[in-house]
Amino acid sequence: MSNVDVHAPPGAVPRYDDKVILQFAVMTVVWGIVGMLVGVFIAAQLLWPQLNFDLPFLTYSHLRPLHTNAVIFAFGGCALFATSYWTVQRTGRTALFLPKLAAFTFWGWQLVILLAAVTLPLGLTTGKEYAELEWPIDLLIAVVWVAYGVVFFGTIVKRTVSHIYVANWFFGSMIIAVAVLHIVNSAEIPLSLTKSYSVYPGAVDAMVQWWYGHNAVGFFLTAGFLGMMYYFVPKQAGRPVFSYRLSIVHFWALISVYMWAGPHHLMYTSLPDWAQSLGMVFSLVLLAPSWGGMINGIMTLSGAWHKLRDDPILKFLIVSLSFYGMSTFEGPMMSIKTVNALSHYTDWTIGHVHSGALGWVAMVSIGSVYMLIPRLTGRPQMYSVPAINLHFWLATIGTVLYITAMWIAGVMQGLMWRATEADGTLTYSFIESLKATYPFYALRLSGGLVFLSGMLIMAWNVFRTMTTMPKAQAVPVTVNTAAGAKA
Amino acid sequence: MNIMSNGFSIYIIVIVLGSLAACMWLLFGQSKGTKGESTGHVWDDDLREYNNPLPRWWLNLFVLTTVFALGYLAFYPGLGNFAGRLGWTAHGEMQQNLDKIVQARQETFATFKSKSVDELVQVPAALALGKSVFLNNCAGCHGPDGAGARGFPNLTDHDWLYGGDGATLVTTITNGRGGTMPPFGSTLSAEQIETLVAFVPHWSDPALPAAKREAGLAQFQQTCAACHGPEGKGNPMLGAPNLTDDTWLYGGDAKTVRETITNGRHGQMPAHETVLTADEIRVVAAYVESLSNPTGVAAAATPPAQP
Repeated sequence: MSNVDVHAPPGAVPRYDDKVILQFAVMTVVWGIVGMLVGVFIAAQLLWPQLNFDLPFLTYSHLRPLHTNAVIFAFGGCALFATSYWTVQRTGRTALFLPKLAAFTFWGWQLVILLAAVTLPLGLTTGKEYAELEWPIDLLIAVVWVAYGVVFFGTIVKRTVSHIYVANWFFGSMIIAVAVLHIVNSAEIPLSLTKSYSVYPGAVDAMVQWWYGHNAVGFFLTAGFLGMMYYFVPKQAGRPVFSYRLSIVHFWALISVYMWAGPHHLMYTSLPDWAQSLGMVFSLVLLAPSWGGMINGIMTLSGAWHKLRDDPILKFLIVSLSFYGMSTFEGPMMSIKTVNALSHYTDWTIGHVHSGALGWVAMVSIGSVYMLIPRLTGRPQMYSVPAINLHFWLATIGTVLYITAMWIAGVMQGLMWRATEADGTLTYSFIESLKATYPFYALRLSGGLVFLSGMLIMAWNVFRTMTTMPKAQAVPVTVNTAAGAKA
Repeated sequence: MNIMSNGFSIYIIVIVLGSLAACMWLLFGQSKGTKGESTGHVWDDDLREYNNPLPRWWLNLFVLTTVFALGYLAFYPGLGNFAGRLGWTAHGEMQQNLDKIVQARQETFATFKSKSVDELVQVPAALALGKSVFLNNCAGCHGPDGAGARGFPNLTDHDWLYGGDGATLVTTITNGRGGTMPPFGSTLSAEQIETLVAFVPHWSDPALPAAKREAGLAQFQQTCAACHGPEGKGNPMLGAPNLTDDTWLYGGDAKTVRETITNGRHGQMPAHETVLTADEIRVVAAYVESLSNPTGVAAAATPPAQP
C-alpha cells in the first residue's frame, strides 16, 4: 500500500470505475419503484381483499415477502453498492480493485433479485422473515456478497490516502457482518432444489433468526446507510464532519452492542428469560450509539443551516437523519418488556419499521442518488431541482401519514387485544380490532401512494437528466475499464 | 433453576459485563477533544473532520443507559444462571395473572350457578360475559353481531335450525352440529332438479303458477319431504331448514338452489366441549338466546316442533 501525500495536487485524481456505480444507482430507482409498488398493492389488499383476484401468486402472503425483499435488498442493496463503490474510490483516491468482479456483483445481485421476484410469489420460501429465499439463491447471495467484500476491501488496501475515511468503517462493518449473519442464519438442509429446512431446532432457530433479523436492521439498514450519510452529508453540506471522536465511539459501540439486540423480537416467548433480558438492556444501551450518528450528521450542518433553504438534496439527507433519530429512540423504547407487551404483533411495529425504512433508509438513499446521478453522467446537476423539492415533500408527507396511521392503529390494537372482562375473558374479538383498524389501513395506503408518487417523479427526473441534458464540459468523463488504473 | 452449565453461565456474565465495560472505557477514553479543531485529514478534496469533544448530554445518556442496564441485570435474570434479586420469571408472572383471573372467574360464575340458561338471559352481567365469549369463539363464523354469513346461520332472527331455547343451544355449543344435505345430482334428472328449482324458492309466493307448484310439490314429496317435512317447514331434529320462509342459509336464488340440490351441502359447527368451560357455554348460550329473544321467555315456552 502506498501512502501518498493527502494534499496531492488535483492532477493526481485517478480515473474511477463509475460504470458499475451508475448501473446500481439507476437500479436503485427502478427497484425502489417496484418494491414500493408491491407495498402499495398489498396495503390496498388489506382494504380490498378482492385484489388478490383469487390467484395464489397475488395473495398477500406471497407478495409481502416480495415487498420486503425488494425494498430492503433490491432498493436498499443497490443504493449501498452504488454509494459504497463511489465512497471507497473517492476517499481512497484509487480505482476499484478488480472492476470485473465489481461488474459481477452488479449482475449477480440483479440475478438474486430476479430469482426472488419469481420464487417468492410462487410460494417458495424458507419461512424466515427477511431470509425467505431458498438455499440455491442463498448460495448465490453468499458468492456475490463475498465478491463485494473482495472488491471493497481490496480497494481499501490499495488506497493512496493514509487514513481510512469513517464512511468506509461503516460500509466495511456492514459487509463483514451481513456475510456472517447471512451464512449462519441460512444454514439449512436441502430437501429438493426448492425446499430446505433450517439446521437449528425450535427456540434456537428463532433466536438465530432474530439475531440475523435484527442485525440485518443494525448492519444492513443502519451501519451501511450511516456509511452513506458520512460521505454524502458533509460533501453536500460542504462542512467538516462534526466530531471524529464521536464517530469512533459510536461506531465501535454500535457494532458491538447491536449484536445483542435480537432477542427483543422474542419477548414473552419460549426464549429463556435471561436471553430476553439481555436483548432488552442492550437495546436500551443502543440508544446512545445510534444517536451518535444522528448527532454527527446533523451537527455537521451547524454554521450552514441556511443551505437547507434552497438545497432539496440536503433536505432529504437531514430529514432522513431526523427520522433515523426518531426510530432509534422508538426502537429501544419498544424493546422494554412492558412496552413490548403492548406493541408486539401490532401495526405499531410496522409503523416503527417504516419510519426507519421510508424516513431514514429511503430518504438518505434518495438524497445520495440525486447527488450521484449528475456526477456519474457528467451533468452539472439534476434536470429539475424543483422536482427534487417536490419529491422531498411527497416523501416527507407520505412517511408521516404512513407512520402516524400505524402508530394509532398499533396502540389501539394493543389496547383492544389486552382488554379483559372481570372474569378474564377478552373484551374484544380479533375481528373487532380489525374493524377498528380499517380506516387506518386507508390512511396507510394513502401515505404509501404519496411516497410512491415521489419515486415516480424521481424516475422521470433521472431519465431526463440522462437523456435530454447536455453534458457539462468541465466534468471529465470518468468511466474507466482498465483495471486498477492510477493517474 | 440452572438452565445452562456453569461454564456457559460464566461465559455469558463475562462477555456481558465486558461489553458494557468496554463501551464505558471507549466512551471516557475518547471523550476529550478540542472544539473547532480539525484532525488535519482530508479526503476527496474537501472532506474534513473536526475533533470536537463528545457532547456532554450524549455522554451522560450513554452512561445512564449503561447504569440502568447494570441495575436491571441485578434485579432480573440476564447474567447467566444468576436469577436476579427479584426472582422474577416470565412464567411466574403469567401464573400470577392466571391465578387472579381464575379466582375472579370462579367468583363471577358462582352467582350464575342457581339459574337456568333461559333465566340468565335476564342477567346483564351474564350477558356481558357471554358476549365476550361469543366474540372470541363464535364471531369468526357467525360474525361479531351474530348475523351470520353464507353457510353460517344468522343467530339474531327467530329462525332456528335446531332450536333456540337455552337447553338446545347448550347442546349445540357443547357437541357441535353437522348439517348434511345429500347430493341429488346423480339420482335426479336435470329436468327433475329444474322442477324443484322452479318451485322451492317460491313456495310462499302466491304468484307462482299452479302448474309449477303442482309439479314441484309432487317431486318434493318424493325426494325432499323425508327431511324437510311434507309442508317444507323443516325438521329441527335433523337441522333441516324451513324452506317456506325467506331465510336461506346458502342462498335462495335459482342458481344456488340448483347447486344445493345437485351437490348437497355440509355445514359443520365444531364442538366446544373442550374449548369452553361448562360455565362459559351457559353464558354464551344465554347471550345467543338474547340476540333474538331479549326476554328469554318465548323460546323457552315454544318447544321445537316435533317431527
